[in-house]
Amino acid sequence: MKIVIVDESPLRAAILEEGLREAGFTEVERLGEMHNLLRRIYAIDPDVILIDLANPSRDVLEQMFQVSRAVRRPVAMFVDQSDAASIEASVDAGVSAYIVDGLKKERIKSILDLCVSRFNAFSRLQDELARARSDLEERKSVDRAKGILMKSKNLTEEQAYTAMRSAAMREKKKIGEIARAIITAAELLK
Amino acid sequence: MTGERRLRIGFMPLVDAAALIVAVDRGFAKAEGLDVELVREASWSNIRDKLAIGRFDAAHLLTPMAIASTLGLGHVKVPFAAPVTLATNGNAITLSPSLFEELRQTAGKGLDSPAISARALGAVVRRREAQGLEPLTFGMTFPFSTHNYQLRYWMAEGGIDPDRDLRLVVLPPPFMVESLREGHVDGFCVGAPWNSVAVEAGLGVILHFGCEIFPHAPEKVLALRKSSIEADPPCVSALARAIVAAAKFVDETAARPEVATLLAKEERVGVDAELISRSLEGRLTVNGMGDQRQARDYLVIHRDGACRPSAEQAAWLYAQMLRWGQAPYSADHLSAAQGVMRADLYDCAIDEAPPPSPPIGAFAGPTFESDDVAAYLEAFSVGRKI
Repeated sequence: MKIVIVDESPLRAAILEEGLREAGFTEVERLGEMHNLLRRIYAIDPDVILIDLANPSRDVLEQMFQVSRAVRRPVAMFVDQSDAASIEASVDAGVSAYIVDGLKKERIKSILDLCVSRFNAFSRLQDELARARSDLEERKSVDRAKGILMKSKNLTEEQAYTAMRSAAMREKKKIGEIARAIITAAELLK
Repeated sequence: MTGERRLRIGFMPLVDAAALIVAVDRGFAKAEGLDVELVREASWSNIRDKLAIGRFDAAHLLTPMAIASTLGLGHVKVPFAAPVTLATNGNAITLSPSLFEELRQTAGKGLDSPAISARALGAVVRRREAQGLEPLTFGMTFPFSTHNYQLRYWMAEGGIDPDRDLRLVVLPPPFMVESLREGHVDGFCVGAPWNSVAVEAGLGVILHFGCEIFPHAPEKVLALRKSSIEADPPCVSALARAIVAAAKFVDETAARPEVATLLAKEERVGVDAELISRSLEGRLTVNGMGDQRQARDYLVIHRDGACRPSAEQAAWLYAQMLRWGQAPYSADHLSAAQGVMRADLYDCAIDEAPPPSPPIGAFAGPTFESDDVAAYLEAFSVGRKI
């Protein structure tokens, strides 16, 4: 079974491809470049097309239902109303599937379930990455602010940190915000 | 209604979503007891699917798409209905400067008449064919869209069969300008602000405003699932009132700077307020020399009864679908299509006698009567018959 993944995020497409290969689907092709999308899809002639919902090119795929002369077989979107839960899960995860008519429903369902779990895993990964990044940024600001206080007020590292922490508690703010305020103030007073 | 009713409404970042965006961002919805969350979407397909499965309570939708979904054309059948029209017209046909020049030289003069430009395009298409050149490619936003029908209608008047003589491809609006730059398309039909963006970038020349092809094209509606309309009529009325009040506000000249600023926000349409303001005024720069053209009906949000859906418009759109082989004819389909545009819901919500609906039609061709679609289609030399 030939599967095409249309995704502008190369990382997510790779994660999905890996999952599909593990599940035994070996003919997987990724399209990250949106130019000439339909022509390339016709050339590959896939049985299943998976596309992320943030991709404006989804409307391009809908044209497949119109220009029948260019398509070898009719392609229908997987919106079988009898399986609403699975469709809702895919929409919520941010992925949509287009499939050739006549494919076994169970096979399609297993592909779609795999997409949903990989897409969700990818979002979690991104959230974690974003959190890790902001934690790192905060630690950097706190270190810089500590340095500024130590130098300007002649404090030890511990005293500087305590001063910032009590300011944060007094003003009901995060220590990172206090640190950024100190850095801004120091830059203005330079 | 007790308490605030929460609604999630999807929209595409286009100027013709103005009434919806203003209804929410300037408190018209709140005044009707509605707490609306607007969700900006990336594709019409997403909007349709999210409305169909209930992730959206309502949506800014291409009028032909609301009809297609109701009839189950090209997709799953989910009946939608519209209590209010969000926009009439607003599209334009933009060409690459080189194709525009070729048309101008072919036509001699009078290129601003669509009848003349269509014949010139026909001549260019035949010349290219004789020279063995690649057929021209035009972009449009969706198969079920007024953009598609405007291009096809115009081309067919020039003796072109758009399915045989050239290529029509779907392109997401944000990709139109880039495709013109790369030479993947020779022209396109799209809504505001994308024609202006192409002109500003020096990549395109606006040939026609959509209203020069179809004077009153039912462009976008506020669509809801038919089942949810039946489930909560007071909510539908409140929403229609909020939209119509906002639409009225959008039409006021004095409000234009405020409206343009609201729409320009990144999370709404996200383009320059000046371009938005010009689209609302119908005053567009059409070429690299800075020439401007103005049309009162370039984009109509409220005046002349534009907000009131009309069954005749729906029937006319269904006839365009028939002409281009997108739908088979059936009397049931015709009446289901007419049932999408709900003047009764509008009248129930808006306590004000609307002016009569503007006539439906085009710059050339037969007049349309919904009780004789066959005769209408028979009158064209290009396109399918019943």
